[in-house]
Amino acid sequence: MNSSPKQQQFKRVLPSTLTAYHDFVQEVLGVLEGFGWSKEILFGVHMALEESISNAVRHGNKHDPSKSVHVECELSEKRFYARICDEGSGYDPNEVPDCCDQENLEVPGGRGLALIKAYMSSVEHRENGKCVILEKRLD
Amino acid sequence: MNRIELNESAQVSVIRFKDQKIIDPETIQELGEELFSLVEDGKHNKLVLNFSNVEFLSSAALGKLITFEKKAKRGGSELILTNIAPEIYQVFTITNLDKLFTIKDSEADALAVL
Repeated sequence: MNSSPKQQQFKRVLPSTLTAYHDFVQEVLGVLEGFGWSKEILFGVHMALEESISNAVRHGNKHDPSKSVHVECELSEKRFYARICDEGSGYDPNEVPDCCDQENLEVPGGRGLALIKAYMSSVEHRENGKCVILEKRLD
Repeated sequence: MNRIELNESAQVSVIRFKDQKIIDPETIQELGEELFSLVEDGKHNKLVLNFSNVEFLSSAALGKLITFEKKAKRGGSELILTNIAPEIYQVFTITNLDKLFTIKDSEADALAVL
């Protein structure tokens, strides 16, 4: 972790489990809280990180212990940026069914992407869907 | 029950979550098993699911709740969600699940219509 009063950067390689990243997420939230980010906004950052990293573990790396999730974050008083990449074969996010359509309301899965998009200022998919870039800007 | 507390009156079963954050796969799995057992035994026809303790939940947890709702409906049970914090309620509205579930502000509001 690089530290400065105005900005902090994180770079982590996380194992493909659904429990190993929670301390990292809490660390990011703690830094943003120190920058004065509100509880309401932090809830959305928490959700976006939770859903993005768990997607990378579940759908990208398919829980393969030989694969990792690579996370880079840049945090400041006004901006949260995260690049989350898996080692899977990629996917087309446009082919994920819209969870929120009336006909899909009772389908148990597929809500992560909708939540990520709702809470972030911008969401980009790169490298055939293997990387997702999250950004939240406070104006 | 590890994940929920159950208070049963003559007609209504009120369920409260023990966890503040519903994220871990083990927690979600256990929660699902405990909730499903309530509707599979056929003894709980009126259910209130009180979210007052819940501060965060993931989409995987939402998936379990959706399956619970389907099982309850299939078993002829009525299910109402209550005491949902504003941040959590927003999760339901973003995913349109406020249209799938019956949601009331408080247990008293739920009991009034069950």
